[in-house]
Amino acid sequence: MVSIEPSRSRDLDKLLLRPGNIVAPTFEAGAQLREDIKEYVRILVVGAGGLGCELLKDLALSGFRNLEVIDMDRIEVTNLNRQFLFRHEDVGNPKADVAAKRVMERVSGVDIIPHFCRIEDKPLDFYNDFNIIVLGLDSIEARSYINSVACGFLEYDADDNPRQETIKPMVDGGTEGFKGHARVIVPGVTPCFECTIWLFPPQVKFPLCTLAETPRTAAHCIEYAHLIKWNEVHSGKAFDPDNPDHMQWVYSEAVKRAELFGIPGVTYSLTQGVVKNIIPAIASTNAIISAACALETLKMVSGCSKTLSNYLTYNGVEGLHTKVTEFVKDKDCLVCGPGVLLELDTSITLKKFIDLLEDHPKLLIAKASITYRGKNLYMQAPPVLEEMTRSNLDITLFELMDKIPEDTIHATGLAGKGETKQSSLRKLRVVFKGLDGVTDVDMAGGA
Amino acid sequence: MYCLFFNTKMIIRSFSIYLDVCRIWGEQGQAALEKASVCLLNCGPTGSEALKNLVLGGVGSITVVDGSKVQVGDLGNNFMVDELSVGQSKAKCVCSFLQVLNDAVKAKFVEEYPDALIETNPSFFSQFTLIIGTQLVEDLMVKLDRICREANVMLICARSYGLTGFVRISVKEHTVIESKPDHFLDDLRLNSPWPELKSFAETIDLNTTDPVVHKHTPYVIILVKTTEEWVKNHNGSLPSSREEKREFKDLIKARMIAADEDNYKEAMEASFKVCAPRGISSNLKQIISDSCAEVDSNSSDFWVMVAALQEFISNEGGGEAPLEGSIPDMTSSTELYVSLQKIYQTKAEADFNVIHQRTRDILKKIGRDPDSIPKATMKSFCKNARKLRVCRYRSMEDEFNSPSQSELQKYLTDEDYSSCDSTAAGFYILLRAVDRFAANYNSFPGQYDGGMDEDISRLKTMAISLLNDVGCNGTGLTEDLINEICRYGAAELHTVAAFIGGIASQEVIKLITRQFVPMSGTFIFDGINHKSQLLSL
Ligand SMILES: [Zn+2]
Repeated sequence: MVSIEPSRSRDLDKLLLRPGNIVAPTFEAGAQLREDIKEYVRILVVGAGGLGCELLKDLALSGFRNLEVIDMDRIEVTNLNRQFLFRHEDVGNPKADVAAKRVMERVSGVDIIPHFCRIEDKPLDFYNDFNIIVLGLDSIEARSYINSVACGFLEYDADDNPRQETIKPMVDGGTEGFKGHARVIVPGVTPCFECTIWLFPPQVKFPLCTLAETPRTAAHCIEYAHLIKWNEVHSGKAFDPDNPDHMQWVYSEAVKRAELFGIPGVTYSLTQGVVKNIIPAIASTNAIISAACALETLKMVSGCSKTLSNYLTYNGVEGLHTKVTEFVKDKDCLVCGPGVLLELDTSITLKKFIDLLEDHPKLLIAKASITYRGKNLYMQAPPVLEEMTRSNLDITLFELMDKIPEDTIHATGLAGKGETKQSSLRKLRVVFKGLDGVTDVDMAGGA
Repeated sequence: MYCLFFNTKMIIRSFSIYLDVCRIWGEQGQAALEKASVCLLNCGPTGSEALKNLVLGGVGSITVVDGSKVQVGDLGNNFMVDELSVGQSKAKCVCSFLQVLNDAVKAKFVEEYPDALIETNPSFFSQFTLIIGTQLVEDLMVKLDRICREANVMLICARSYGLTGFVRISVKEHTVIESKPDHFLDDLRLNSPWPELKSFAETIDLNTTDPVVHKHTPYVIILVKTTEEWVKNHNGSLPSSREEKREFKDLIKARMIAADEDNYKEAMEASFKVCAPRGISSNLKQIISDSCAEVDSNSSDFWVMVAALQEFISNEGGGEAPLEGSIPDMTSSTELYVSLQKIYQTKAEADFNVIHQRTRDILKKIGRDPDSIPKATMKSFCKNARKLRVCRYRSMEDEFNSPSQSELQKYLTDEDYSSCDSTAAGFYILLRAVDRFAANYNSFPGQYDGGMDEDISRLKTMAISLLNDVGCNGTGLTEDLINEICRYGAAELHTVAAFIGGIASQEVIKLITRQFVPMSGTFIFDGINHKSQLLSL
């Protein structure tokens, strides 16, 4: 038996230091690869909940040293049964801070920077700083936002092929009860979140008239108390799901209503579940899905094996089923495609341009903030930035873009119609009309 | 009309998928977990991660068995040990980490190697509800399985090995009342309404001219009445061809008097439910004709109830299982919905009473206390009668000595996987071959640097002789895959361990709560391209 110096990465070394036959073409086995992963690879974990905690642990034990985590939530008592990094004394503290601290305590050498804020609060540049973004989220809206940001960095060359160096890969996981998914998104190469948005069908909805006139289930009674009765009684006062008095009020109103209609089943925990939209999550599924995501991250970074292509589903309800599906990219995708083409006059001011985005049938972005090559042209918020950039509103976009006849700019704002509006980032291909050298502009996507 | 006041764009999310965490396995499931005593053998990352998930879920007590001391290398793949643990008992370190996660759990550790316990102290295992054996070689798994079957203790084995691994349950028999399948046809009896449902339907006039009443008639009533009419005009048969099913839908559509009648839209969408076959499913037929349904004083409560169910089906049930008794939410006036609910509940209650009586009679006959099965259990049994499941697992010894040759050959040459670099069946063979290798050479192939080429050719020889032993040929087992296994060198990677351990813990929860359906066969993890498979051998 050969005696070797004890190595912390004893097991991982086998995978990274030895050559193999079933690996990515880019794989270069050796100690250098291990050191490069430690030194240069920067990973952002979005979400520090059930999935995020697992992801941070898994990545820290997969040889990554430079991790950051972003989450806007504070720890609640109900998190403790599946978020293993949190203890009773942590309740009330930011999840990101505690998760980062706990993993750094256990895994020496790893550096985790926590960000306790909304994902929309970070400038776009923040996200560009990472090699891979790993998502451990439970909301479609948040996924969609990060996806649009990561795809926003993607640039296409003259032949409409994605530029390699602008690709920002994502690994996304999600769970619900005994089911989950893990997927790899390489913008411009594999379908992005928006390309396959149909995988996340809209929630089953029911009209308010059911709540008001023909309630049939306990949830109908709870939603009546929450959405109708609350506003009738507390006009103007916002309902706060984290306020126990508010929750208790909704619960007792729901009980009254259920009694009136002879409907069984209203309980306090159901009230919380319905009002807070709690997606049932369990520790084991979170662990399985996070592990798959972290493994794919390691494989993608190191090339030490094949990469998942491109969507893994897991279902443990009846027996155990895993399935890989290779979804295809939507070539007309507004988010990961080359961007919406806008043909403009050189005389259009930034203000007029922002108005135009609101009316554009494909975009419908209200109150857009505009950035160009990392420079803020106009920011709606925070107030200090708004003030600083306000003077640009009357300047022509052409001038603000340094008179470059054709280029990509980014707009962020609330996109969509009515109830479905959400924070979005859109990539726009701006072409100025009537300039030399620009001819035969495709008008199909124009304003 | 009612809805005019409320603008239709004011819509909100439905509750149906938003349930509280404990609503997944309920209070009974949680109680079963809290009563359970789980023993983990070997606390590397695979075992530690499995146990972590169970501790978070609130399992009652845990015992960690491991004789090794923490080495520096363990720090790189196991979150439950840290710098300060090096040189200390691994079982002790892991146990104290887990205790901090949940102080309600009774956590113990035994600093001893599992193989020593298996060889010298088999009675040790009989105190537990369930054993999780991790990173055990084949020979030990076989011995442990024998001990556990003898002592009626559930066993689950899990192993991580490079980018592959497996999970295997071994229990003589596992019966499930609450299998909670995702998609299961509602028990509505639309094509064979019992007298009360029939007469209730007769009190409702689908041709009412009151638009408010018309749009609040629940779809169950619409379908019962339309089916009755259809059957009358079609010599007693239900719509069966695609053409007929379309005609049936048109019949419903023709009854609509306004475009916004959601109840009629629901009726059309649910019209396939009228074609639900009468009588019981083949799965249930198999269960009631199982030899265990011939009960004696040694029979479990489950089989006693199955015996009663069998009697019910051939007598009062007229070929049907007891009615489930619940109806899905549907557009309706509150009054009609509640009345309909009551009609279903009453019938389910009546069916339950029959089964209850029959169960008592059977218990008396086999010399047991007629009240020895709790009423709540029997209620749940009746409600879930159509969804009962019986899982049986071959002993590991049987499987390893004589795996189903035809199945294995089929997996090895599976067309769906022929284009892949890896196959689950290939991994299955190689994971067994590495244990033969270790038994011969005292280390796993590629475990230490140097001598790789020799290990590769030795492993290949082992794999081929193993295939010969079980009567299969080597197609599907590529040089690349053999190389790959040697490259892994028995490494326990954290992410693979967390995946395998996660699956093991999920199956443990299903086994202990007796809810949902545990996996069958052997789950082979393929971390290369995630074409993992369940092999039934
Ligand atoms: Zn896309």
